[in-house]
Amino acid sequence: MSYLDKTLEEISSALKNGEVTSEDLVKESIDRAKKYQEKYNSFVTITEDKALSQVKELDKISDNPLKGIPYAIKDNFSTKGILSTASSNILKDYVPFFNATVVDKLNNCGSIMIGKSVLDELAMGGTGTTGHTGTVKNPWDEKRLIGGSSAGSAAAVASGIVPFSIGSDTGDSIRKPACYGGVVGYKPTYGRISRFGLFAFASSLDHVGCFTRSVSDVAYILDALKGRDEKDMTSLPDDNISYSKNLTKDVKGKKLFYIKDIVDRENYKDSMDEELDEILKNFDGIIKNCEDLGFVVEAVDFNKELLKAIFPAYITISCAEATSNNSNLTGIIFGPRAQGKSIDEVMFNSRTQGFSELIKRRFVLGSYILQKENQERLFLNAGRVRRLIVEKMTELFKKYDGMILPASGSVAPTFKSETIDKLSDRYLLLENHMAIGNFGGFPSITIPCGLVNNMPIGLNITSGIKKDLELLNIAYAIEDTMNYKGQIAGGVKSE
Amino acid sequence: MNSKYEVTIGLEVHCEVMTTSKMFSSAPNNYNETANENICEVDMGFPGILPVANMEAVKKSIMMAMALNCKLPEYMYFDRKNYYYPDLPKGYQITQSTEPVGVNGYINVYVNDEVKKIDIHDIHLEEDTASLDHYETYSLIDYNRCSVPLLETVTEPCIHSADEALAFLDSLRRIFLYTKISEARTDRGQMRCDVNISLAPVGSDKLGTKVEMKNINSFSNVKDAILYEIKRQSEILDEGGTIIMETRRYDDSTGKTYRMREKVEGVDYKYYVEPNIPPYKITDELISELKSKIPMLQFERINKYITEYDLSLYDASILTKNIETALYFEDVISKNIDPKIAANWINTRILGHVNKEEISINDCTFKTDDLVELIGYINKGTISTKQAKDVFYKCLDENKKPSVVIKENNMEQITDTNEILNVIKEVIEENMELALSYDPERGRTVDFFVGQIMKKTRGKANPKAAMDLIKEELLKLKK
Repeated sequence: MSYLDKTLEEISSALKNGEVTSEDLVKESIDRAKKYQEKYNSFVTITEDKALSQVKELDKISDNPLKGIPYAIKDNFSTKGILSTASSNILKDYVPFFNATVVDKLNNCGSIMIGKSVLDELAMGGTGTTGHTGTVKNPWDEKRLIGGSSAGSAAAVASGIVPFSIGSDTGDSIRKPACYGGVVGYKPTYGRISRFGLFAFASSLDHVGCFTRSVSDVAYILDALKGRDEKDMTSLPDDNISYSKNLTKDVKGKKLFYIKDIVDRENYKDSMDEELDEILKNFDGIIKNCEDLGFVVEAVDFNKELLKAIFPAYITISCAEATSNNSNLTGIIFGPRAQGKSIDEVMFNSRTQGFSELIKRRFVLGSYILQKENQERLFLNAGRVRRLIVEKMTELFKKYDGMILPASGSVAPTFKSETIDKLSDRYLLLENHMAIGNFGGFPSITIPCGLVNNMPIGLNITSGIKKDLELLNIAYAIEDTMNYKGQIAGGVKSE
Repeated sequence: MNSKYEVTIGLEVHCEVMTTSKMFSSAPNNYNETANENICEVDMGFPGILPVANMEAVKKSIMMAMALNCKLPEYMYFDRKNYYYPDLPKGYQITQSTEPVGVNGYINVYVNDEVKKIDIHDIHLEEDTASLDHYETYSLIDYNRCSVPLLETVTEPCIHSADEALAFLDSLRRIFLYTKISEARTDRGQMRCDVNISLAPVGSDKLGTKVEMKNINSFSNVKDAILYEIKRQSEILDEGGTIIMETRRYDDSTGKTYRMREKVEGVDYKYYVEPNIPPYKITDELISELKSKIPMLQFERINKYITEYDLSLYDASILTKNIETALYFEDVISKNIDPKIAANWINTRILGHVNKEEISINDCTFKTDDLVELIGYINKGTISTKQAKDVFYKCLDENKKPSVVIKENNMEQITDTNEILNVIKEVIEENMELALSYDPERGRTVDFFVGQIMKKTRGKANPKAAMDLIKEELLKLKK
């Protein structure tokens, strides 16, 4: 078994002991990336040359757990001298001249970027099917999607190309594809990791996070990426905790809750199928495991109407912010510039040609939502819904250490599956609750927790603001009750 | 001017804030003739950038809001103003809309010799835009100005003449300079003005149709533009026409205004709160810290000079035009110099020199101590007022202290009584006949003797002392 299939922790110690070299590791990672590219389409760009030259410079970097480890990063992060397209035609030739803060930090650790991964165009979407270079496929089953928007980053970890990858999460863009790909997906407290260099989608909801194959690996990455960044005013001061060194499975007496309505079979009587039934049973099993571990687990009531308003509020806020955030994409300063007789025409034509219909639809919505006559009714009301939910959650997090819920009510859908009814309880309750983490900036993680029809399913855990360590400890303990740590598509395990 | 109409004017004044770096980026904020040098990825709106609010600019804006007697918000935060134009690479301008740094303020200004209160609607902090030059087949963009911190002061429509507008603009500029918030140089486009103007029949309780004139870059142009618009609109109204709500451009080469565009329904800028800048609490500590940094401003100083020092409005206004001159004056009078004499010296001689040389009074080699010394010599009678002028210019030319100049040029008057008496003895002996015929009722004899004394002392005898002593001595002869 290749060292690439192991967890970060294991690879790091193998590197230190000289069992494997970074060069071999990076080469194998690039080989896999190229080999799987046609099958799964994880990458917009495979940065082979840069990676191989960077690996030769590693002597200069002091020892740390991420040194010499290959990784992939979503193509909506600014990478100096490397094409950064956000999987959109509007940036199809854009090569930035500056690095995102996370890229600089990983460089400084000596991690080796092997590729820029495919996303849903401009991170708007949850299927991994809308990138300008084509659809990302699920390494567990090519007939299925991996989910998005961090599709390529999820697939790259799930298929064993890299032990970790970087993504961004605005609604559940890391945690949903992590669930469908059977890997760990984490987004920290808002501000814990700098957003500088992440192409903004909806600034108040955007988070930088990661995919790994174990909870402890998340801790190593968080240690490397967290901290105050003078370029991001919303970034938090460093908490000066080593997450990797403080992980503990001692959770006795910790309190967890789940929202009753979201896992209540009564709500899904009309749409119940075998998959959902299995997922809910799995969840019951997890509750049992948690109690065995010493957790107190309680069901809580949460206003159902508010829960059903998560999706519309999310769409309203994110489309509005996205419309504004993407107004810089005009072809004037960077990106492909269309022809036109006037400046206005150049901008108009560049945008008409550069965005897909789906994106234009979001922008039309966003503009409508922000219009003076609609702002109060749509934008500001969505903000109120958001506030009510966050207040309720904040209240609950005073009493509980974490919330657990199934990350999805199904396994990864097939490309052919019927589009889900977005007004159904099943969609509104089961497929959108992870956006709560974005609404409040709460740290949130999805870990693999089972297989249904040979496809992975995931458990989502969310904790209170700045409680990243508590969250990771909960996940660490629960992970240990199952056998999915280190899981790679097809059920390969490193242990 | 047509007196049938009442003129109502509102001003929107943009002034660049003096800071080390730009409003939301670390690019330098300084005047640069070379295009596109003071820029970075943040100003250019590249994907992934985030704004970082410049605290220096934030503090200065709070200071300015206080100087304009505005109400401050509890928190400082910013909004996005969304519109597409290449002078704004992000596609939105970060500004303040819902909660400006100051609202409901006012300042008092002197219009000629009357005090007029100008109400301030609001003052808000934002980023400047890039400058565009359009040519026939292409346009050039200079992003140096993009994201330079800009304070926009908006008055209520409470101004009723070009003179009032000018007085306000001048006072506002003085406040920027006094507080060192801005260099406020119109020649560098650091201070620009939009003028909203409407005419209504005198006595009408409704305002007329508003015409906007954008981006006027000098005060004299503001005046000319206002006067031209008053004339143009009066003529239209006289002929029974109607004013169109529009935006006009003032052309200083023709002295006329031209239509830019008709103002259809206001553009919807889709303002919303900037999510990347956390609200910043304006604490009481910060307020008092900043308040202590605001010096006494021109209007208050003028009034102080008039009431406490008995100066004329004219003199007080000149002395307070800039804070350096005012401080110079105050330093001089703090050393027991009569304010009127000090004002006279500063306003004529010193400012005459400073203005001619185009330097700041702080760079003038004739320091406050020199003036105190010089006026002291006059008061003591060491030199005459006429001599003092020569001493002053010699001090400037030769960069010397007054005492040195007086000594070197032997200008010191003889005030010693015995020394003068010796000379008097000599001249009486030489003109004994005339001395004996002295008649106190006829002054010519005294004049002659004083003349002789001056001659013998080469003009150095103190004229008053010489006069008093000769009279005494001549009278003694009579007895």
